[in-house]
Amino acid sequence: MKKLINKVEDVVEEQLKGIHLAHPELHYNQTPRYLMRRSASDKVALISGGGSGHEPLHAGFIGKGMLTAACPGEVFTSPTPDQMYECGKAVDSQAGVLFFIKNYTGDVLNFETSVELLHMDGIAVGSVLVDDDVAVKDSLYTAGRRGVAATVLIEKIVGAAAEQGASLEQCEQLARRINNRSRSFGVALSACVVPAAGKPSFTLADNEVEFGVGIHGEPGIERRNYQDLDSLVEQMFGEIKDCPEYSRTLRLWDRQLGEWVETESVTESFHADDEYIVLINGLGATPESELYGAFAKVHECCEKANFKIARQLVGNYCTSLNMEGFSITLLKADKEILSLWDAAVNTPALRWGC
Amino acid sequence: MSLDKQQILNWINECNLTFARERDHLTQLDADIGDADHGLNMNRGFERVAEKLPAVAEQSMSTLLKTVGMTLLSSVGGASGPLYGTFFIRAASAVDGKESLSATDFAKLLGAGVDGVVARGKAQPGDKTMCDLWWPVVEAANQAAEQGKSISQMLPQLTEIADEAVVSTIGMRAKKGRASYLGERSVGHQDPGATSSMMMVHALNQVVQGS
Repeated sequence: MKKLINKVEDVVEEQLKGIHLAHPELHYNQTPRYLMRRSASDKVALISGGGSGHEPLHAGFIGKGMLTAACPGEVFTSPTPDQMYECGKAVDSQAGVLFFIKNYTGDVLNFETSVELLHMDGIAVGSVLVDDDVAVKDSLYTAGRRGVAATVLIEKIVGAAAEQGASLEQCEQLARRINNRSRSFGVALSACVVPAAGKPSFTLADNEVEFGVGIHGEPGIERRNYQDLDSLVEQMFGEIKDCPEYSRTLRLWDRQLGEWVETESVTESFHADDEYIVLINGLGATPESELYGAFAKVHECCEKANFKIARQLVGNYCTSLNMEGFSITLLKADKEILSLWDAAVNTPALRWGC
Repeated sequence: MSLDKQQILNWINECNLTFARERDHLTQLDADIGDADHGLNMNRGFERVAEKLPAVAEQSMSTLLKTVGMTLLSSVGGASGPLYGTFFIRAASAVDGKESLSATDFAKLLGAGVDGVVARGKAQPGDKTMCDLWWPVVEAANQAAEQGKSISQMLPQLTEIADEAVVSTIGMRAKKGRASYLGERSVGHQDPGATSSMMMVHALNQVVQGS
């Protein structure tokens, strides 16, 4: 299978070199691997990270009004604790460090270890778990809902709050609130090709889609027949709109106790007349034109449900290599969230108001 | 016979050779129900370990095992990095002060390592994880040690149990890790993590029988 890569082992390094050269405003630390804003700041530092292959997530969102730094792992593999630990030390300005973790077993295990290490160094540190994927129904028989495209919205909004001087506690609470108000659902029309595997992870007939996919090239929760875009969007929108409130136990880092505490957290319900930020996100190999086609139908579905679209974003933001497919994310907004959304942002992949 | 430091070193090096050889096989197992990186990750991790070992070869067995764990933790990533990293770090503390291991010591090493993995990953029996392999292996090691068997006597039996345990994961529905999202569709596939663990048991048996 043809890929624009040289050696499988070096693929992430090759690509990070390119990102760094294309965006000299980012500082690239090679060992351990992280990218950060060059300009010093006295604000809360926001660090995201995860496996590579989701570009522009996360390095594409480093800059004014969004992330302070990002720690890329190998393709679809979470970064290692030393990356986040060294990165946290490098960006802390005494205002504290907040990690955004997408809910995948590997990310959680590695990030939690780095939270503990930074705490041992006396750095005020917190973490927020993103788990917006409503395709996953429960956490009893799974590792819980996956963190997918709502990550982009959370990083933008909390990024604006941090830029305006919000404290670590305020950033943490805001991020958890947004996470509880975000729902995503994804589908795949074809699998992606992970460089290490060299071939698609699965194959689909022309009349089939994988329904309820995450962002790691894996199959979805079920395989469904495909008719056309409109009926597919209706099914996806239905999953988002009709999803009941979801209660799960989340681990929070208690800075006073220096340990993890388990707390129950429940997602917020969606109602007619609420205002929403809508994200139509391509998974890497879907033409932008088709994403706009999807948005047109989502717009219609929202009108029918009396969901008011306050803001929207259409494009490739949280991808899965060259997977053909897309996800729909709805975030129930309020005045504060919308004002932070509108605040200036200047990063390689998201830029407005500046 | 007992297990000495040189054999532990040889074991780790044998694991490195195994994962280099089985890289694509493990990655394919992972592609079926996960995200197609397990072979590459294990290969990368143990390559780094093999590079580091000569520098600590003269140090204690505990230091050696801890170095293996820390290196895996800082080079593998994903879920297998912290899990295998924790296995070796906990195993290291179980053999503190020892330069050779009796069958009982060895069973303790395995038990401590696996307890660490369970504490991190919170797996339960039947979740389709590497623990579904380690639990019966540890149990058999404990029994064999109680019966007075030597390490070289018990290892062939442990490899048989490991082989059976790997096959038993095929029928399980994954409840932990990336494969858990497939639900029923994860049934019918061999767990990649249990497979890499099985390979480690085989590697140890090979080293012990060959020496």
